[in-house]
Amino acid sequence: MHAVRCVAVAVFRESVRDRVFYNLVLFAVLLVGGSILIGQLTAGQDVKIIKDLALTATSVFGLFVAIFVGINLVSKEVDRRSIYPLLAKPVRRSEFIVGKFFGLLLTLLVNVVVMTVALYAVLFYLSRGVPPNVQQAWDAPALDPALLKAIALIYVDLSVVTALAVFFSSYSSPMLSAAFTLGLYLVGQFNADLKRFDQIVSSPVAIAIGKACYYVLPDFARFDVKLAVVHGLPVSAGYVAYTALYAAVYIVALLLGAILIFSRRDFK
Amino acid sequence: MQAAIRTHDLTKDYQVGFWRPRPYRALDGLSIEVAPGDVFGFLGPNGAGKTTTLKLLMQLVFPTSGTAEILGRPVGDVAVRRRIGYLPENPYFYDHLTAEELLHYYARLFRMAAADRARRVPAILDRLGVGAERRMQLRKFSKGMLQRVGLAQALLNDPEVVFLDEPMSGLDPLGRRDVRSLMLELRDQGRTIFFSSHILSDAEALCSRVAIVAKGRLAAAGRLTDLQEFAVHGWELVVSRVPAAVLDGVRSRVRRITAITGDRFAIDLPADGRPEQLLAELMSAGATLVALNPVRETLEDLFVRRVAAVGEGARGSEETHARR
Repeated sequence: MHAVRCVAVAVFRESVRDRVFYNLVLFAVLLVGGSILIGQLTAGQDVKIIKDLALTATSVFGLFVAIFVGINLVSKEVDRRSIYPLLAKPVRRSEFIVGKFFGLLLTLLVNVVVMTVALYAVLFYLSRGVPPNVQQAWDAPALDPALLKAIALIYVDLSVVTALAVFFSSYSSPMLSAAFTLGLYLVGQFNADLKRFDQIVSSPVAIAIGKACYYVLPDFARFDVKLAVVHGLPVSAGYVAYTALYAAVYIVALLLGAILIFSRRDFK
Repeated sequence: MQAAIRTHDLTKDYQVGFWRPRPYRALDGLSIEVAPGDVFGFLGPNGAGKTTTLKLLMQLVFPTSGTAEILGRPVGDVAVRRRIGYLPENPYFYDHLTAEELLHYYARLFRMAAADRARRVPAILDRLGVGAERRMQLRKFSKGMLQRVGLAQALLNDPEVVFLDEPMSGLDPLGRRDVRSLMLELRDQGRTIFFSSHILSDAEALCSRVAIVAKGRLAAAGRLTDLQEFAVHGWELVVSRVPAAVLDGVRSRVRRITAITGDRFAIDLPADGRPEQLLAELMSAGATLVALNPVRETLEDLFVRRVAAVGEGARGSEETHARR
């Protein structure tokens, strides 16, 4: 566990040095600029649009960090051979993989927390001085705590993407890892459709393959509750917990796979 | 006594070729034993299997067959890694870190307490001659300075056994001298040093024992003084002011007499030529002794011959294999 913590902190430090958090500046500009612009263009919808914009930006920016930092986490160390002196230290290969994963999760956590604070600050600013009768017409209050459910599930979603990136990075090149991770992420958005494949095709083989893919591939759509939260629709704590558990199972399976592959790998 | 390093029939095949992968034997049945406190030179030309052996010992690659132990434990044992240090060939470190930060990171992996780290990191950087640069990011370091940082991280945990892969690589003459003195210092502290090199003068100056590998096979191993080739093959006696008549008198008992300059001559004697008797004879005739040296094969001669022999053997077996 000690080695995992050391490797994780090193990943976080590298993210800071590599200016990963510059995306926060872009996020702030987008949020502030968006709120000024939207405030002038829309009547009464600005809070809803800002919520939608900020949640989408949190998800997209996080996705970029998870994929483009994640795919290099392991492969860069192998390509540059910085892994040689590291693995000669008392560090198991499994600890290296898990440390890399948690290091990027820490980076994403800081990213998401800062974005969340910025979002609530902008929403607070926008809702100041708005008469109560206007506020009552909104689908959800400006400083709606339910936003945190959407943000938590965005973070869970990013955790699965990170696990995918680490898994592919443990044995393939950054380019292929990026293609595989992004590909699976996109396929995972439409995974639920595979379950209903029998309503579209009649071939039993195709239906079986569709069902198998549904159970094997991650269902990324289930992490997306942005729309529901923005429109004030209820998202139960049970749903959040169940979805987080689904993600945890997936992450553990991916990390075990990565460890299994990486533990047998020769560094030529 | 327990060996510091032991390999038994260690073999490594790599798969080469994309469409039709076939095995390429990088190391073939290597069996060596390094005693505690030895400075062990692992010598061979490029592609001989030196780095593969070190990678097998660090478990960066896994053996096709055979076993390897360090300090009596299998090489995969994480606990052993607390007691060893390793400098890879042409080391590369995290270039966003400074030398200090890198060593602190590695020290944390060794579970060094903060106070120990604060003492040990500057001390080892001082010892390796890394001065004010220690606060610069490693991406700005020259190859020689990176090599020094590499040595510093290899010695950070005060290891019992140190593995150095081409430690002189990239160093200028001053750097090489520093590394030599560091290795002698480590030897005097009783540490075991296993270092690979193709710079034979370094091995000759530092090693108590050597192994020569070529084409993945062990070509020779042992103490430098025990290797048959290092036995005295003859004597070279250099004298001056020796009368010509006396010189003519001894000519039949020596292999060769060569005039060096003016009245100075080099007399080449066979191994059983009894130089002390000849020397007494010449000195009684008024000659002056300049030097008396045993003639041995140099490590370079041995290296070239043994490597060539393995090359011939390998060619022979390949031809036989091809004929079959």
